[in-house]
Amino acid sequence: MMATELLALPELQRDHALKLLRQMLLIRRFEEKSAEVYTLGKIRGFLHLYIGEEAVAVGAMPAFAPDDAIVATYREHGHAIARGIPAGAVMAEMYGKANGTSRGRGGSMHIFDASRRFYGGYAIVGGGLPIAVGLALADKMLNRPRITACFFGEGAVAEGEFHESMNLAALWQLPVLFLCENNRYAMGTALARSESETDLHLKAQGYHIESRAVDGMDVLAVESAVSEAAAAVRRDGLPRFIEFRTYRFRAHSMADPDLYRSKAEVEEWKHRCPIETFAAMLRSEGLLSDAERQAMEADVAAEIAEAIAVADAGPWEPTEDLTRDVYTPRQTRASP
Amino acid sequence: MTKMTYREAVRGAMRDAMRADPRVFLMGEDVGRYGGAFAVSLGLLKEFGPERIRDTPLSESTFVGAGIGAALGGMRPIVEVMTINFSLLALDQIVNNAATLRHMSGGQFSVPMVVRMASGGGRGMAAQHSHSFECWYAHVPGIKSVAPATVADARGLLLAALEEPDPVFIFEHALLYALEGDTEDGTPMRIGEAAVRRKGRDVTLITYGGTLGKTLQAAEALAAEQIDAEVIDLRTLRPLDTATILDSVSRTHRAVVIDEGWRTGSLAAEVSAQIMEGAFDSLDAPVARVCSAEVPMPYAKHLEDAAMPQAAMIAATVRSLL
Repeated sequence: MMATELLALPELQRDHALKLLRQMLLIRRFEEKSAEVYTLGKIRGFLHLYIGEEAVAVGAMPAFAPDDAIVATYREHGHAIARGIPAGAVMAEMYGKANGTSRGRGGSMHIFDASRRFYGGYAIVGGGLPIAVGLALADKMLNRPRITACFFGEGAVAEGEFHESMNLAALWQLPVLFLCENNRYAMGTALARSESETDLHLKAQGYHIESRAVDGMDVLAVESAVSEAAAAVRRDGLPRFIEFRTYRFRAHSMADPDLYRSKAEVEEWKHRCPIETFAAMLRSEGLLSDAERQAMEADVAAEIAEAIAVADAGPWEPTEDLTRDVYTPRQTRASP
Repeated sequence: MTKMTYREAVRGAMRDAMRADPRVFLMGEDVGRYGGAFAVSLGLLKEFGPERIRDTPLSESTFVGAGIGAALGGMRPIVEVMTINFSLLALDQIVNNAATLRHMSGGQFSVPMVVRMASGGGRGMAAQHSHSFECWYAHVPGIKSVAPATVADARGLLLAALEEPDPVFIFEHALLYALEGDTEDGTPMRIGEAAVRRKGRDVTLITYGGTLGKTLQAAEALAAEQIDAEVIDLRTLRPLDTATILDSVSRTHRAVVIDEGWRTGSLAAEVSAQIMEGAFDSLDAPVARVCSAEVPMPYAKHLEDAAMPQAAMIAATVRSLL
């Protein structure tokens, strides 16, 4: 959808565009707040921020129905929030509280929500791909008209599981949409330093999977590409692959001194900020006034404050319950 | 009671499970057209078709991971990994995902998947097809591990595994596939219960899987010398049936643990430690272990025989305690 098309859109479409903007803003402010409370010691362990990449999760998620499955990575706060998991439950999980999504068992890298078919953050690069293939296999075998969305970073492309999963999804004709977030660095290793073929979506074609590359900084381009690909997967049950060319503005994690790329490069990408470019476009098309933007910021700030309040107020899981949820209690059998 | 081989018992259990539950399916390398590397699934493709008897590419990590995903998605997969050595290629999915998902998700998800694999030596397959890594799996909380040593257990423990809501790993010693025995079609088995295979008063021999037969042979040889050995078959390696072990040792006052794994860090070491912790005052001798020699499994028969626990070594070890 181009900006000129937006002009002609009815009010509903304008609302949708503002919703996309608000979600990106919510994720941005959530991540900024996470970094802040991390330095205060409220969050421990690793913290991987999605700042700069918001357009991918936000643009992709509207294509998925509540019945579809989402598999994500360890940089998944944005996906979780875009999928509708309350920011407070995600923040509480990072605080390690009992009202967090995993009762403090997972933390930042392992957000799960069964009610939203959000199958988690995987912290072994590439580890989520086989699981997405299996979720899609179950849908196919049970004749359910659902699809599985599998997010992963470009670093995963170097893993054997990536190639095995591409092959199996194509060979078994499984309804998986592979969504590769190419932010150009696997931790500190630039793509060109780790891949002989840097045009990553071509790799999928080697497995007879239709693929394309999309500007991951443009939320409308992402939305249009994902909605088209998701519809195609739904239609014929075959996998598809989209590579999003994106960039993370912050370091890999809070532990990363960010020595492997130049400040100039980061600044250059910041000019393409998915939030500011989209907001500027909406403003220039007369769809977003300064007052509306300010109101949106205030609204988002209130939601973040509420998330922090939820996390702060959450109880600690008693250590007596340390070993719960290692095995499933026999009386509650796994439900499909 | 029906007489059959261990191989037929596994096959029959899978067949019955697939007939009873449309969610159950089998996938793995050469399980379909080939009939299974050990002919365990021979004939199942004809009855159930390629959707439920799925030949996979040589992608252990991904087809085990796909089993996890299919289980999350409501299926009851049986995943066959050809041998335990090959399963190392899938350890990422097993240890980082299958074993952790329940806990990492705060109890939101379970992974009801059964993974079967052949283990063990004695077939001249050398150092990449013959090992016993059962204790590595038994080390990991979040999954359960079983090692059926009899024809009845081959059937019963597989059916019990399919009733479990969490991942169960079944280790089938490759030398057992041709073993003949009876299966009882009646009482369902439970995971987590050891079996006393021979009652005795003088010493407790504790083992599992492929070394049960050798241990029983040793017990017979000792009986001729008026040494009355009790033989415990662990059957489940995690969770260990510590109560049955301690009960026996508290009566016999001596224990030997027989394990085809390497001695260092072995399951035998764990059993020994549990006896020390729970029955120290009952012991009249140190707990002894008969394990595989600490070498990669050699090819030549005389070397392989020397590397693995044998009935004569077991008997000699028992004599040294008395």
